[in-house]
Amino acid sequence: MKWDTCDPSVQYLLHLGDDALVLGHRLSEWCGHGPILEEDIALSNLALDLVGLARQYYQLAAQRISGGCTEDHLAYWRSDREFLNHVLVEQPNGDFADTMARQFFFDAFHVLQLDALQHSSDAELAAIARKALKEATYHAQHSADWVVRLGDGTEESHRRMSAALARHLPFVEELFTAAAVDRVAFERGWGPDVASLRASWLELVGEVVAKAALSLPVVAPKLLRGKQGIHSESLGFLLAEMQSLPRAYPDATW
Amino acid sequence: MAPTVDLEARFLAYVAAENKVEPKHWMPDAYRKTLVRQISQHAHSEVVGMLPEANWITRAPSLRAKLILLAKVQDEGGHGLYLYSAAETLGTSRDQMIDDLLAGKAKYSSIFNYPTLTWADMGAVGWLVDGAAIQNQVMLCRTSYGPYSRAMVRICKEESFHQRQGYEIMMHLARGTQEQKAMAQDALNRWWWPSLMMFGPSDDQSPNSAQSMAWRIKRKSNDDLRQEFIDKTVPQAEFIGLSIPDPDLKWNEERGHYDFGAIDWSEFFAVVAGNGPCNTERLEARRKAHAEGAWVREAASAYAAKQSARRPAAGLPAKPHAA
Amino acid sequence: MSTPDQWPLWEVFVRSKNGLSHKHSGSLHAPDAEMALKNARDVYTRRSEGTSIWVVPSSAIVASAPDEKEVLFAPSDDKVYRHPTFYEIPDEVGHM
Repeated sequence: MKWDTCDPSVQYLLHLGDDALVLGHRLSEWCGHGPILEEDIALSNLALDLVGLARQYYQLAAQRISGGCTEDHLAYWRSDREFLNHVLVEQPNGDFADTMARQFFFDAFHVLQLDALQHSSDAELAAIARKALKEATYHAQHSADWVVRLGDGTEESHRRMSAALARHLPFVEELFTAAAVDRVAFERGWGPDVASLRASWLELVGEVVAKAALSLPVVAPKLLRGKQGIHSESLGFLLAEMQSLPRAYPDATW
Repeated sequence: MAPTVDLEARFLAYVAAENKVEPKHWMPDAYRKTLVRQISQHAHSEVVGMLPEANWITRAPSLRAKLILLAKVQDEGGHGLYLYSAAETLGTSRDQMIDDLLAGKAKYSSIFNYPTLTWADMGAVGWLVDGAAIQNQVMLCRTSYGPYSRAMVRICKEESFHQRQGYEIMMHLARGTQEQKAMAQDALNRWWWPSLMMFGPSDDQSPNSAQSMAWRIKRKSNDDLRQEFIDKTVPQAEFIGLSIPDPDLKWNEERGHYDFGAIDWSEFFAVVAGNGPCNTERLEARRKAHAEGAWVREAASAYAAKQSARRPAAGLPAKPHAA
Repeated sequence: MSTPDQWPLWEVFVRSKNGLSHKHSGSLHAPDAEMALKNARDVYTRRSEGTSIWVVPSSAIVASAPDEKEVLFAPSDDKVYRHPTFYEIPDEVGHM
């Protein structure tokens, strides 16, 4: 089944849902392994919010695809070439600083994206965004809190946080580079012109980074095409694990 | 020594009258020690118990199942936290308790040293392991130590969905394809006996039981709890068409209870001694998380120290419990 | 610089419903007040019971200490009228 050939609004919903699912999945890998119990619980909350958000996008997409398509078809039966998430969110967890850098960069973008999406001309999408914006705002505070604490903590944490920012920054440009899916969404009034979010993102991130006694290095953006289904090698493994059970027992329902 | 004897007698009378003991009350040293040991073991069990279930979060077969499992494992982390807090009111720091766990000095429930091999294990763990735990925890809501009792009340309230979600998984599997049903039966076969062992050795083999009962820490004997659990669980298995792996299991009309076969305690003691299938992996995982989190915890402390140096008014002394 | 490994302990009080007073929910560890508040939200309102949260450093709580060992051992049965459960309120009346 090729889901990406349908209605362009479905493609856009898949793109949004895939970001949420893949990042939520990565965060859920921390469960039981966090640096302290309190943070373990906090990371699970982020994961719960994001996987929950993915479900909402997929449910809406499934309704529009019809023909008995469900959220689980969309999550479990598309290959990595059909996933339309940003390459940033599929990056492996690394150490806690890596996870927070990835989270912080995405959260800052997510808040701006949802803020625009709540005024979407697609009323159902706008409703999802309104609720998610509250959660994303909280996520952004949480990751910013950690960027500041790690950046301005010990020498070791400063070094690790610095390295993590440098490692993830080259993935950021993709967030603000419109792919076909973004262009259609913008033309139809469903979503923002992603390039227009860049300035606010820089401001938001710059403020926190300065507070953290860190700086954003100058990096060349990577050539990334996640929104066209071309991913880093790690997504294949993530999906292989995530999708293993339904694919091993295709006749079963759970 | 006379006053001590007097106090101990009065303490016994106090708890016998169903009064709660609070952190600042006088209590026998042995009572305090028993509680610290029991509550911290209980906390460790919650935290180590996250691992066998977290093992399947990334492979949950539906998004709904993924969310439920994640929420459940997260709850267990929360429960560990409540219990560590309760133990801290007795004057032992969480760090100390965790050090004991990581050094292999403290125990946790042996059940978590068994592997979770299939998705059906998420069903069996929720249904049987949480079921057995709840049996014990409901009793502990009435335990004599106030902070422990309050933590248990909160935990029981939150746990009510855990056993149901486990049973629901088993039910879906039992009513699914042949392969799914076989998966469910296999999980029941592997988890049944270890679940019965969770209640601990028979009362005549548990030297501390009588004292704990007198102190009203424990309210029911291991054997009574085990029997209650079996009586409750057997009809649940029958309802979904799974069979309990015990040829000696049968209803005893006269006793009004199920009779059941002999438990292989040599297995239990082997696992307690550290030789279960996953003892090494579980402790390794906890040690790794703790070690790799050290620089994060230090960084946050360092930042807080810098902040309070910058704003002296916001400073706060780092001192253990006062509640 | 001394950086204690163990984060300080905080007591958490949650107002579960508008109009009620804050009630002690439990405790947690956090490096500072801001994080304590956020951890409290994550730990104690996972099912969004909370409308308002207070966190207080445990070390800042002053608790009455029974210097006379007898005092707290004697259940204060003689003043039952001080206990809210002394009064029978019909369920229909609601929380009081």
